[in-house]
Amino acid sequence: MSNKSDSPSTDRRQFIGGTLAAAGALTLAPGVILHALAANDKATAGASGEHRWGMVIDTNKCADGCSACVDACNSEHALEGHDRPATDAVWIRPVKLKDKQTGHVNRLVMMCQHCEHPPCVDVCPTNASFKRVDGVVLVDRHRCIGCRYCMMACPYKARSFVHEALSDQSVNAPRGKGCVESCTLCVHRIDAGGMRTACQEACEKEGHAAILFGDLNDPESEISRVLKTHNSVQIRADLELNTGVRYLNL
Amino acid sequence: MRSSLISNRRLILLLTVLLTPAMQVLAESAYVTENSKAAVLERCVAPTDVMRRNHMDFLRHGRDDTVLRGVRGLEYSLAECIDCHASTDASGKAVSVADEGEFCQACHGYVAVSPACFQCHRTTPDSAAGRESLGYRFNANPRHPVGQPVDGETDHEQ
Ligand code: SF4
Ligand code: SF4
Repeated sequence: MSNKSDSPSTDRRQFIGGTLAAAGALTLAPGVILHALAANDKATAGASGEHRWGMVIDTNKCADGCSACVDACNSEHALEGHDRPATDAVWIRPVKLKDKQTGHVNRLVMMCQHCEHPPCVDVCPTNASFKRVDGVVLVDRHRCIGCRYCMMACPYKARSFVHEALSDQSVNAPRGKGCVESCTLCVHRIDAGGMRTACQEACEKEGHAAILFGDLNDPESEISRVLKTHNSVQIRADLELNTGVRYLNL
Repeated sequence: MRSSLISNRRLILLLTVLLTPAMQVLAESAYVTENSKAAVLERCVAPTDVMRRNHMDFLRHGRDDTVLRGVRGLEYSLAECIDCHASTDASGKAVSVADEGEFCQACHGYVAVSPACFQCHRTTPDSAAGRESLGYRFNANPRHPVGQPVDGETDHEQ
């Protein structure tokens, strides 16, 4: 009976919550507290394994010289640089790929690919790197010890390390010195029911619409329809990580 | 036997004498800082003595629910503590809850326990982050309908 399901059981909580709704928090003995989590009707249900969030990026639409998505990401998560490109936090970055034989240049944006089998999670000694049931790969900064194994393990150079003490972080993305971080797929928006990431919003506003976010598990979603009708690739598909971010026209 | 009893009594007396000023400080210290939202609200999300004793457990419990399981809008939310308890200075600017004499620092400084929260979490209400983009205060969730939008203070005034 070791049925280890990834998805958290909320039934029990709801039961406890219902029973204790009036009490709020019940003190059983000093230091032992039963929390009435679900009693609070403001709380959202949380991540669900029904979804797998992902992105598709159309490299033909990604415009040369544009940095709208990077700026949007920086302001959404209050990422500030110190003019030190080697160490500043970068969650999304434009990359140019040149075919040396033909001279053809492809431009795309690169960020955490939200791998189904994430090497960053495999190597993390503290379980700080983890994958949510809905496929979003995150760092739990309460656990991260800043060893940076995950940065070495990530084939996409998707992660950054925070070198400086921070203040005035965004409430969207609490972050601090000594921890590793990367694209969260705007998880605060996902949890709030939002269906567009900050970068997608900015890219659309610029008129490029190169980024599309959505539910890979839902056959009716736009992203699934695009992926079904277009030839897309995973970058370094040979690693068999089954990335959640895919690219068109690459 | 008898002498040890006396010394126990003496000890209690001594402790009482020593602790009285400390207890006075606690009793006299304001529960909320002036010029904060909390100052005009009747009550916190739980009775004050419960919050004083247990806020760290509430927050630690909630952080796992939010970070690992994506549950937002919890009853005990650090972001909402700060929304409510950060005071404003004369010019209306928010003051950090970790500043000298402010809501968190006042007690934490007194007991010499440094709150590690603020290595990562901001110490003033976040006015820049768009309401729509915030998991923690956002209520009209189309996938998980969870009731009426919260309108700032009215939320706590029941
Ligand atoms: S792209 Fe890198 S950081 Fe993101 S899940 Fe994969 S290995 Fe981890
Ligand atoms: S830096 Fe943090 S998240 Fe990365 S492997 Fe080390 S403990 Fe895990």
